[in-house]
Amino acid sequence: MSTVARKKSLIWDYLTTVDHKKIAILYLIAGGFFFLVGGLEALFIRIQLAKPNNDFLVGGLYNQVLTMHGTTMIFFAAMPLVFAMMNAVVPIQIGARDVAFPFLNALGFWLFFFGGVFLNCSWFLGGAPDAGWTSYASLSLESPGHGIDFYVLGLQISGFGTLIGGINFLVTIINMRAPGMTYMRMPMFTWATFVTSALILFAFPPLTVGLIFMMMDRLFGGNFYHPAAGGNTIIWEHLFWIFGHPEVYILVLPAFGIFSEIFATFSRKRLFGYSSMVFATVLIGFLGFMVWAHHMFTVGMGPIANAIFAVATMAIAVPTGIKIFNWLFTMWGGNIRFTTPMMYAVAFIPSFVMGGVTGVMNAAAAADYQYHDSYFVVAHFHYVIVGGVVFALLAGAHYWWPKMFGKMLNETLGKITFWLFFIGFHLTFFIQHFLGLMGMPRRVFTYLPGQGFETGNMISTVGAFFMAAATIVLLINVIVTSVKGQKAEADAWGDGRTLEWAVASPPPEYNFAQTPLVRGLDAYWIEKMEGKKGLTPAEPLGDIHMPNSSILPFVISLGLFIAAFGFMYRTEASWGLAVGIIGLLITLGSMFLRSVIDDHGFHIHKEEVLEAEKGVKA
Amino acid sequence: MHVEEKLTAETFPASPEKATLEGKNKFLGFWLFLGGETVLFASLFATYLALRDKTAGGPPAHELFRMPLVFVATMLLLTSSLTSVYAIYHMKNFDFKKMQLWFGITVLLGAGFLGLEIFEFNEYVHEGHVFTKSAFASSFYTLVGTHGGHVAFGLLWILTLMIRNAKRGLNLYNAPKFYVASLYWHFIDVVWVFIFTVVYLMGMVG
Amino acid sequence: MKKWLLNWRLFSLFSVMALLLAGCGKPFLSTLQPAGEVADMQYSLMLLSTAIMVLVIIVVTIIFVYVVVRFRQRKGEEKKIPKQVEGSHTLEIVWTVIPIILLIILAVPTVSATFKLSDVKPMNKEKRDKHTVVVNVRANLYWWEFEYPDYGIITSQELVVPTNERVYFNLKASDVKHSFWIPAVGGKMDTNTDNKNQFWLEFDQKATDKAGGIFYGKCAELCGPSHALMDFKVKPLPRADFDQWVEKMKNAKPVVTDSVAKEGEAIFNKSCIGCHAVSPVDKRPEQARTAPNLANFGDRTRIAGILDHNEENLKKWLKDPNSVKPGNKMAGTYGNLTDDQINALTKYLMSLKVE
Repeated sequence: MSTVARKKSLIWDYLTTVDHKKIAILYLIAGGFFFLVGGLEALFIRIQLAKPNNDFLVGGLYNQVLTMHGTTMIFFAAMPLVFAMMNAVVPIQIGARDVAFPFLNALGFWLFFFGGVFLNCSWFLGGAPDAGWTSYASLSLESPGHGIDFYVLGLQISGFGTLIGGINFLVTIINMRAPGMTYMRMPMFTWATFVTSALILFAFPPLTVGLIFMMMDRLFGGNFYHPAAGGNTIIWEHLFWIFGHPEVYILVLPAFGIFSEIFATFSRKRLFGYSSMVFATVLIGFLGFMVWAHHMFTVGMGPIANAIFAVATMAIAVPTGIKIFNWLFTMWGGNIRFTTPMMYAVAFIPSFVMGGVTGVMNAAAAADYQYHDSYFVVAHFHYVIVGGVVFALLAGAHYWWPKMFGKMLNETLGKITFWLFFIGFHLTFFIQHFLGLMGMPRRVFTYLPGQGFETGNMISTVGAFFMAAATIVLLINVIVTSVKGQKAEADAWGDGRTLEWAVASPPPEYNFAQTPLVRGLDAYWIEKMEGKKGLTPAEPLGDIHMPNSSILPFVISLGLFIAAFGFMYRTEASWGLAVGIIGLLITLGSMFLRSVIDDHGFHIHKEEVLEAEKGVKA
Repeated sequence: MHVEEKLTAETFPASPEKATLEGKNKFLGFWLFLGGETVLFASLFATYLALRDKTAGGPPAHELFRMPLVFVATMLLLTSSLTSVYAIYHMKNFDFKKMQLWFGITVLLGAGFLGLEIFEFNEYVHEGHVFTKSAFASSFYTLVGTHGGHVAFGLLWILTLMIRNAKRGLNLYNAPKFYVASLYWHFIDVVWVFIFTVVYLMGMVG
Repeated sequence: MKKWLLNWRLFSLFSVMALLLAGCGKPFLSTLQPAGEVADMQYSLMLLSTAIMVLVIIVVTIIFVYVVVRFRQRKGEEKKIPKQVEGSHTLEIVWTVIPIILLIILAVPTVSATFKLSDVKPMNKEKRDKHTVVVNVRANLYWWEFEYPDYGIITSQELVVPTNERVYFNLKASDVKHSFWIPAVGGKMDTNTDNKNQFWLEFDQKATDKAGGIFYGKCAELCGPSHALMDFKVKPLPRADFDQWVEKMKNAKPVVTDSVAKEGEAIFNKSCIGCHAVSPVDKRPEQARTAPNLANFGDRTRIAGILDHNEENLKKWLKDPNSVKPGNKMAGTYGNLTDDQINALTKYLMSLKVE
């Protein structure tokens, strides 16, 4: 049966796949594409701000670019790329053959994808959202046209996808671990995925509710945020940040996880203080929910609330500090190999520490009255998100590329990318701390001469071009590699410690011919140190049960995509309501089909597995 | 145990919903989903509490609410939760007919609740309490309406399961589905208890 | 803050940083050249937190550089497997406890400053001292209104305040959310559409002189296409001068002598007076005050908040407001004016002076 599946066309294969490894590739491609789009928007922003009174992108158009840059980068670049890493690695790291819900895994991807496409359709249909990625209620309600509607509906669709992904990984990690893979033997990246998924589960519903209110107000005459009818715009700010702050940790915890793997691998040492790392991850996840109002110090919540949230925010520095020192001491006494992923990991430490300490400075509420909504904050969160998350995603992409695609990325080009990106990053954002302190508010489309902002902005723009150059080199690397890259072995870097390095690159669709028996932290490393070639199997070789592929996830998401257009144009076009209902019917109908058609999956027979395994060995 | 095994009352496991890996995953995944739903409703409740006095000239809660009607609806829904417990009890005993019967009663009671709620909303609309009237009205209809939407979805879901499996009886493939649907139904019931307290009872007190 | 300065290490770090930072920015705009009690308090908190954070960075950097240099793979070590260390409880306790202590050092003054900055009791209406100056700030799409409720006068775009005393502010917005920020004088506070926020600032006389008598104010919350252009200016005056200014404002009336300006007045009364008032004593409710009060327009330092104050720029603004401030509410409300009409209007507006 599996051979039949392989004969279908490549596109149909990817449209219907429920294999976590292929979904990882889909996430990587889609997230990578949106990363390029968001990066282009960033470049436009920096070009406009290169000199005072510039007229490259003025007023409303600038606000659209700025909003789309933030929204795209967070929701449609960073999130899916994180999911790409999780999908590519986590099931294999825990010794599983797939995730708990392969169908839902595909659904999560397609919802995210259609949400992102929907949002970006706004560029061609009357203008993008223009109220910032935070879309504060009073401005977003006033915003003319459909830009904000695209934001509201697009994020709702993709938000469902993310929520489904979160639940999927929680269940996968709880239920699908191989025998012997206890919680305290799970690789750090798996732990980070686990905590992140829990954060997703509890952080996304408030965003959904906030978006529903905004949709009601904008499209259906609701009054949640209209003060004249008793509404209150501050409710949006609370709901948004109850989501928004955990979102930072949703992104950065997997980044920590990726770096933990890389530090251990390329120092050839086990992670220093593993249990305190786990503890710190859980604690960060927990505290992440207690601090949302530090984004709102200047809203006028009063000194008591401000003081409480200030102190709670500072507390997060403690577990983060624990992690930094544990990484340093993982390298201490190690045998450090400076591969491309390791370069990112090493550069991450000082970069992220900068972002962390400015975070503590921001936490000091009284001083934050000065930093808030100035370029200081812009510098701070780019240090965290670029210096933390983007570095991690680039590192992870280089690290796991051989595992995902079976070919090694070129190391020389990788190092060129790294240096260009590293220099560009600091050039762009370090100076912005000072621009903020010198009185430059954020989200301004221009500034007047004579206020002392000229030099800093020019330097920042130059830095942005370095990062753009780095991205181009990375793309060249990807193309060169896919044409004539060096074939990767199972243990591609030679120092792999976790289970993913024990299976072929790329892994067979069933991951493990026999489910492995895990005998400790760094399961594969233990086997290697005992001189064994492969893993200790926990079961005899037998038939392997696999899930069927399905087009339904694609159709369910497409239905919502159509429905969103219908409801958005409901007020001005006669076809609006009908299209909206048709879209919903497509979605509900597909869900109904999913419910009534039995799906028992199929089996790969023992003989086929043996055949495939021989192919790998030969 | 395997999903496609033919089972008898003797070989049917005590917890059929968790007897297979698929079942276990469904069971856990659904509990987690309900965790997310709890946060969703918590956000709706918080907003309602913040906005419930903002009537913008419309009728306030204590003049509006039809308590006898709401009380009857509450009783219907609470009873339906109990009948779904019976259904699951019979499922565990591998008694498919009785399970179907009790799920049938659950659906009828749920439909009754939904009918009353629609009637109730209709009454309120005639008194000028329309969705677009005020922040209070918007948050009221969104909170109670989201719950109502959940009830409607639950009804369709249980009905679909009943009809789809009417001819083939229970097995380890559909047992987790029935179980999870009943879990959802209980969740809806618990949310309603909070709505009844926070929206209606507190609304009457003022 | 004084007690922290007793620690000489911190003190030396402080002075080095203060030297470094003070070179940054313009005295009329930079938070690093504080010009009043609030900004001072925030600046010392910034210095304290920066000092602690620089300390952390130095420690991390030293370990980091040592590790990266010392433990990198050398020739002939390609096969070496280092000792697999699990961790160290002592070390872990050290790097848990020390950050906690550092954070407590920062948290105490933070909390104390947060409460001090929110002390607005003296502006309480019933118990208010006669001399306490209260200003109602109302933010609008791309312009600011400053109302002095105790004096019954209103001005726009240029805030006038007495120096060396606490001035209290009521803050609100009439359309979308904005944020009121005078970087050199103190941190910002949002102007919400739902409620009124209150805070205070103090404007130091010496710093005012250093800044050339004027501070720059900014809108710090994205509010639409011209968010970047929603500037205002602050003129702090010694108390006596301030009182004099208030008196002048109370009695100000447009005096038009020039014949061209008279023509302009006629146009103004036909096309502009529906929104703009020319007397500081404007009794209309705030909903009716949909445009800046122009009573002292001739005295101002900027046209539309951003352009240099001269006739040429005023004509440019009147001719096509959207070319200056995209998305403003004035464009298209007064029909097309001929060049002659704009000249007349310019003459008239420039003649509106209080000083």
